[in-house]
Amino acid sequence: MAWTEKILRVNLTKGTCESEPLNMVWAAEYLGQRGLATKYLVDEIDPKVDPLSPDNKMIFATGPLTGTCASTSARYSVITKGALTGAIACSNSGGYFGAELKMAGWDMIIFEGKSEKPVYLSIVNDKAELRSAEHLWGRSVWEVEPAIKAESGDPQTRVCSIGAAGENGVLYACIVNDLHRAAGRSGVGTVMGSKNLKAVAVRGTVGVTVKDPKAFMAATMAGKKVLADNAVTGEGLPAFGTQILMNIINETGALPSKNFHDVQFEGAGKIGAEAMAEVRASDGKANLVTKAACFGCTIACGRISQIDKDHFTVVNKPEYWGASGGLEYEAAWALGAATQVDDLECLTYVNFLCNEQGYDPISFGSTVAAAMEMFEDGTITTEDTGGIKLKFGSAEALTQIAELTGKNEGFGAEIGLGSKRLCEKYGRPELSMSVKGQEFPAYDPRGIQGMGLGYATANRGACHLRSYTVASEILGIPEKTDPLETEGKAGLVKAFQDATAAVDSSGLCLFTTFAWSLDDIAPQIDAACEGDWTPERLAETGERIWNMERQFNLAAGFTGKDDTLPQRLLKEAAKTGPAEGKVCGLDVMLPEYYSLRGWSVDGVPSSQTLERLGV
Amino acid sequence: MQKSLHIIAERCTGCLQCEMACSFEADGVFNPSRSRIKVFPLHEEGRFVPYTCTQCADAWCVKACPVDAIVINLETGAKVVLENVCVGCKVCTIACPFGTINYSQATGKVIKCDLCGGDPECVKACPTEAILYVDADWTGYDKMRSWAKKTDAGARAEA
Repeated sequence: MAWTEKILRVNLTKGTCESEPLNMVWAAEYLGQRGLATKYLVDEIDPKVDPLSPDNKMIFATGPLTGTCASTSARYSVITKGALTGAIACSNSGGYFGAELKMAGWDMIIFEGKSEKPVYLSIVNDKAELRSAEHLWGRSVWEVEPAIKAESGDPQTRVCSIGAAGENGVLYACIVNDLHRAAGRSGVGTVMGSKNLKAVAVRGTVGVTVKDPKAFMAATMAGKKVLADNAVTGEGLPAFGTQILMNIINETGALPSKNFHDVQFEGAGKIGAEAMAEVRASDGKANLVTKAACFGCTIACGRISQIDKDHFTVVNKPEYWGASGGLEYEAAWALGAATQVDDLECLTYVNFLCNEQGYDPISFGSTVAAAMEMFEDGTITTEDTGGIKLKFGSAEALTQIAELTGKNEGFGAEIGLGSKRLCEKYGRPELSMSVKGQEFPAYDPRGIQGMGLGYATANRGACHLRSYTVASEILGIPEKTDPLETEGKAGLVKAFQDATAAVDSSGLCLFTTFAWSLDDIAPQIDAACEGDWTPERLAETGERIWNMERQFNLAAGFTGKDDTLPQRLLKEAAKTGPAEGKVCGLDVMLPEYYSLRGWSVDGVPSSQTLERLGV
Repeated sequence: MQKSLHIIAERCTGCLQCEMACSFEADGVFNPSRSRIKVFPLHEEGRFVPYTCTQCADAWCVKACPVDAIVINLETGAKVVLENVCVGCKVCTIACPFGTINYSQATGKVIKCDLCGGDPECVKACPTEAILYVDADWTGYDKMRSWAKKTDAGARAEA
């Protein structure tokens, strides 16, 4: 019922696949996916473990609503100790893979150890086995997926895999499923590569059931109507995708550009949603081919794009002429605005490369931007870059470096370290725009203050998907707050963080929360799952998860001192736009946040807090 | 009046809500592998194409069945498999030119679209109106109307 109550434990060292029952006491406390898998991880690994050692574990987890007819029921997460950060990592993906895993009858897969030789895991319902992947090693995500489908003899097999980036230790490698959906951040693909695990293939024909089908159909139908009637989920996202944000955030003065030197980008109009829909003069077609949904999703924010065949990036490369996953806002920002490259076709091509070789466009783009700043100020030269003129705004340089990073060759191998290690290496640590080693996404905390606190305190390092206060501060969801004010933001961030942790544990997509509150989500979970699931219980579950993640990070060696931002955001005021003259007021927000969380002034959860939540 | 399923592939986003609704109505489980309607992604072209039985008037499956297990619902026009009569011989799956009737290992019978007795769940589940249930005599009505509008605009522009 909603939970399959089965875990697949795969020991890569021994080559074994074993079924075990799901701990239902923990399921009642942590729900599923992010929360429940993190509970298993923290229970089973030493927090100080080297993320790339065989002693680190990696969990693929679905939520109780994954694979049901609830809207956006596609989600699965990969939970491990992150290669990029050394912190708790939880990367969430859509597409079809997660639902298929659930259809096969599994709540989660726990990978432990390390295989001696490259392998992939094949699952057909209750049958699971490790197969040799020696013939697949070195091949891209786009080659491996069709190859495994052909081997399985069933075209409906779903596959997730790593590309060259994950194999070669690029520290922000992704796990890519369904060709262009990714568990993208924190280097979960790097951990997978370190275990010599190339791919997971799954075919599920068992299906998913729920506790009370009649109540579930009514609750999910009501939820779908709320999504359809909402301006963001019913109109904005389906029509324009997340890229609708490019111009909005630029006008807000919160579109970081030139490695966060600026908060607005002149070329924003050339790389956003409107530009994607525009018919190209060169070939009479638009970059955007169609919208696409993940499994079960009634929003369909996904973009499918096609590159102009005559564009310099793909001339004589027919393998990139077909339609594939197009630019999302975060990718377009990192690859474009952060580096000041305003060539939409180039950004689409680099995004294709990120999917093909499996690396995170956010961390990649941000790291390139830091490298560009060091190139322009002379810290690094063409001798370091192998001749690449790494100047802001250069589409050619971005293309060259993306091709090298995917293969982990030349200066690409250094870009693959992430901005923190790269900037430290060249003696300029202050130029890394990151928290806990993870690069920022696409919102400048000088222009959207709440995001600064969110970045500083996010358990997986800088992240927009842990407390997306942009919803409130810019879009007015659930109510409008002033993006330039710090007052009230501590409470806002805490509420968003807790609610998000619950949503990430359910199997649903966070994007529903543009329209849904926990009041809309609770009835759907309650009808599907055993036990009474109220909005209050979900919020408390989220708070429990947040504190559990925090405890793991503290035990891993992080302290309150790591809840900070680069000096650039705290000392250098925004130069233009509505936030002109503003820095991020983290120093005001952080103490209040600790206090609201029931943490000490050093950011350590008090024993009363932990006791109250049962962590 | 009989109605027909009418598919507008251009509108499909590949969410598979139709497949879940179909399997849930038929079997009480969310299980696309048991769905009578299937969505086919044409990845390189950026298209998603739903496909299911079109309920042929003179149906190959009905004619091929040696035990008369496929009957016609006179109200809806659907060709309906009688589970208690079907012997799972699969001859209908060979006869059908479109592949829309299939054997199920789980039950040992064939499964196909039966129009849910005249209220197809896939139609109600589709969030983008890519699957419609329209007057069987006028499946082209909307298309004709949109072309009439375009043609008229062209004619007016010339005049």
